[in-house]
Parts: sequence; structure tokens; C-alpha cells
Amino acid sequence: MMYGISQFGYLVASAMFIFALHWMNTPATARRGVYAGVAGTAMAVIVTWAEPSVIHHVWIILAIVAGFVVGVPLSRVPLTAVPQRTALSHAFGGAAAGLVGTAEFYLRLGEGAAALSPFRMVALIAEVLLGYLTLTGSLMAAGKLQEIKWVPQRPVTYPFQNLSNFLLLGSGVALAIAITLNPAASWAPVAFAGVIVLSLLFGVLLIIPIGGADMPTVIAILNSYAGLSAVAMGFVLDNKLLITAGALDGSSGLILAIIMCKAMNRSFTNVLFGAFGQVKQSKRTGEEQIYKAETPEGAAQVLEQANLVVIIPGYGMAVAQAQHKVRELYDQLKKRGVTVKFAIHPVAGRMPGHMNVLLAEADIPYTDLVEMDEINPDMPQVDVALVVGANDVVNPAARTDKTSPIYGMPIIDADKARSVFAIKRSKNPGFAGIDNQLYFSDRTWMLFGDAKNVIGELVKQFAAGSGMH
Amino acid sequence: MDFWPTLYVFVLASFIGLGVIRRVSRLLHTPLMSLTNAISAIAVVGSILVTGGDYPLRIRVLGAIALFASMTNIVSGFLITDRMLKMFKTDKPGEGKRA
Repeated sequence: MMYGISQFGYLVASAMFIFALHWMNTPATARRGVYAGVAGTAMAVIVTWAEPSVIHHVWIILAIVAGFVVGVPLSRVPLTAVPQRTALSHAFGGAAAGLVGTAEFYLRLGEGAAALSPFRMVALIAEVLLGYLTLTGSLMAAGKLQEIKWVPQRPVTYPFQNLSNFLLLGSGVALAIAITLNPAASWAPVAFAGVIVLSLLFGVLLIIPIGGADMPTVIAILNSYAGLSAVAMGFVLDNKLLITAGALDGSSGLILAIIMCKAMNRSFTNVLFGAFGQVKQSKRTGEEQIYKAETPEGAAQVLEQANLVVIIPGYGMAVAQAQHKVRELYDQLKKRGVTVKFAIHPVAGRMPGHMNVLLAEADIPYTDLVEMDEINPDMPQVDVALVVGANDVVNPAARTDKTSPIYGMPIIDADKARSVFAIKRSKNPGFAGIDNQLYFSDRTWMLFGDAKNVIGELVKQFAAGSGMH
Repeated sequence: MDFWPTLYVFVLASFIGLGVIRRVSRLLHTPLMSLTNAISAIAVVGSILVTGGDYPLRIRVLGAIALFASMTNIVSGFLITDRMLKMFKTDKPGEGKRA
């Protein structure tokens, strides 16, 4: 009887999760998706807690309370910090899977070889391997995104890096096979601990050669791993809800990673093993090229005369927290009858959809956010393209320069607009260390300075001038 | 243990996942990630079984830590997803509010 009730609860929860994701297909129904997710999770927790095998309650209550104490503040971080929060939560997910897997292994060990069938052993090892490597890998990613001092920001590379990583992973797998074949051997517990250590180490080594510009892909891949570790846990516990929820998470991460890779014209393996940083010393162009700088006054005049303005945001907007000033500029231009659209590149920012969330935070209607493929055919009709802290995603070298490391990456064709204003913090090249020809085009004028200040200045020009009309 | 049914569930659920996620609005990829994060924290089920079972203390400690980690993901994941989704509005007042 109890079995039937709990299985029914899990079944309903699985359906709730599928609805939750289904409702995410438009912003109008998306919040319903959250409620469905909460309902599904609550149901699963209650049904599990009511299992007759669960007899100790104090620790459960304590752990749940602690989860609320830490979880609530974590949900209130500024939206610019959402990429690192996401990475951190992947780490938590990995940790949970790894720890439960570890507990299960040492438990079953006491029950003799019959409890550790080869299938269950393979699932257990997959759970532990994926769980722990997601834990340390995500912590490294979160550290890079948060720019913590002792986590290297630039890609770390050394000779035979991929080879040594593969050897490491290989020895982990070899140990895993040995345990699977002899789960009752006296050395199995030690070997299992070895697998744990290797997984933890592998997670770190996997992430250190990856640069900040590749973070959207890496976060998506780690998302997928966290989901797959939950699937493996489902196999171990023979729980179909875990398998369903984990598979949903795994496929979500996979699809996002594929979208990110396509948006950078790179393959999975290239992101994970390519170490983007190596191309840094590519080539110095012979002659010194000159930027044309413009003042906010001049830029404001041009913007005011425009019919169609496209704003192209990038990570620089997030760093400068400029989204609210951008909103003020948007309001000023709209008031003057200028059409304003935002062109969003899929990899702008540090995680999928990063720019959309920041602009939504600033109350910019999502109907004015346009995807790259939609805006590009219209770019020649755009009077002003305003680049706010974006660099590689508007670099025309991706279309023209075969020697450029970003050659082939789809970009927003800002260079085709009638005129371009680019806001840039300094005269140094962007994250990938690549010169951007857009800045030297005769249609481009540079506005040097912090994105928030520069746009603030622009807004001031409009506010001061508004009395004259 | 007969693992074929579970394998079946995994494959079918993956196909459902691919089909559903493919249609998620690109605007919502960040909230999608935090939502799937909260959903996959369903590992909470395994954590509760390990923490509350009649097992040696060290096993239950591992379970309690895992339960704490999953619970943190559930709470912060759903809350931040809702917080982000609340911000997505159209320019016609009232239209995006429902939901």
C-alpha cells in the first residue's frame, strides 16, 4: 500500500517537472513553471519522508533548516552575480550526488557481494565520478567568475596537459573497472576512495585551462553533468523520479551547450581541450591604427537624429552594472520618437541568457530584445549601433580574417550600421586578446570610459536638452 | 535487479527533455538553468533515505550534508528563478503580468 502511494507521488512529481519546463517556452507562462516545480519537489520530499525506512528525523529537519538558511540569501544575489551562483549550485548538486553515492557504496559493502551487482556498481561509480568532478569543476568555475584571487582568471596551460588529464581520467576508470569486477575484495574500499580523489582532481584540471569567454559553454556542460549524476543516483536507488528529473536537467544542459558552441563556431572538444588562451600572441598589425574618439555631446546629437538605434550589450555592461543607465537612455530616445532595439548575441555575458535577465531587471520590455539572426538582415538600415561593453561578438574579423582565432564565429554585424558608437573601458584588446577592426572603421567613434558613466553622460545631455524642444 | 525498465525511463525522459527544452524561449535561458538546477536537486530523495535510515552514524552524516546541499539548491533555485521571471515584462502594461 505504502509502496503504491509513494510511487504515485513520484509519478505526479515527474509530470509536474515536465510541465514546469514546458511552461518556460514563453515569459507569459514561465512563472507557472516555477510553481509546478515547487509542487513536484514538495510532493517528492513528503512521500520520501513518509517512507517506513526513514526513522531518524532530527538530522533531516536540521539539514532542511540549514538549506533554507543558506538558500534564501543565495537567491538574493545581484543579477550580475547569477553566473557564479549558478556554478555554485552545480557544485552543490554534484556534492549531493557524490556524497549519497559514497554512503551507498559503503553501506552495500557491508551487505556482501550480492548487493553490489555489476550494473549497480557501474551506476554507483558514474554517480560518484560525475558528482565529485562537477563539485570541484563548478567551484573552480564559480571562483573564476567571482574573480577570487587565488583562482587563476587566465587559462592555465602547461605541456602535455591533455595527455596528463587523460591519463588521470584513465586511471580513475581503470580503478572503477577493477572495483566493479571485485566489489567484495579487501582493497575495494581503498580503491573507491582513490576514485573519489581522482574525480575531485580531474574536476579542477578540467576547468583551469578554460578562459572567461568560454564560461557560458562550460556552465552549460556542468549543468548537464549535475543532471547526469542525479540520473546515476536514480539507477542506484532504482528511483524513476530521480532518473526523469536528472534526464531533464541533463538534456537541458546539453542543448544549451550546443547552442553556445554554435554561437562561437566551436566544438565541444575544442572548448574543453582547446585552451583558447594560447592564441594570444597571434599577430601585431604592422602600423599603429588610430581610434576616433567622440564626446558624449557629439554622440547624443547623432543619437537624437536617428530613426533606428540598436544597442548591443556585452559582458562590460554587466561588469559596470550599466543596465539601469541603459534603461534611462532607452527612455530618453523613445520619448524623442527613436526606435530602440537590443541585439543579443547568444554568448554575450558569462552564461546563456545573461543579457536578457539584466535588461529585464532594468524594466526593458522583452519585446524589444532581438536575437542575432533576426537583427542582422536589418543592420544596414540601422542609423546608430551602440556597442556597450561587447567586443568579440561584434568583431568583423570573425567574417573576414581567416587567421583570427574567432574566424567563423557568427557575429552581430554592427559594422554594417550607418554609424557605430562603441563604449570601451580602456584601449586594451578584449578578453580573447584579439584586436577589433570595428573600432578602427571610418564609421566608428569610440566613447572611452566606464559604461555606466558614459551612458550616464549621454542621458544627461538628453535631460539638459529636453527643454529646448 | 532488472535494470531494463529504469534504462527505458531514462531514454524516454531524455527525449522528452530534448523536445521540451528545445522550445524554451531564448530570452529565458538563464532562468531555465536555475529552474533545472532546482529540479535536479531532487537528489534530495536519496539524501533523505540515507539520512533518516537505520544506518551507522558516519553514513548518516554523509546523507545530512547531501541533504543540506540539495535543499539549498531547491530553495535558492526556485526563489531566484521566480525573482528573475517576475522581471520579464512587455511594453503593454498588464499583458505580461498574468502568469
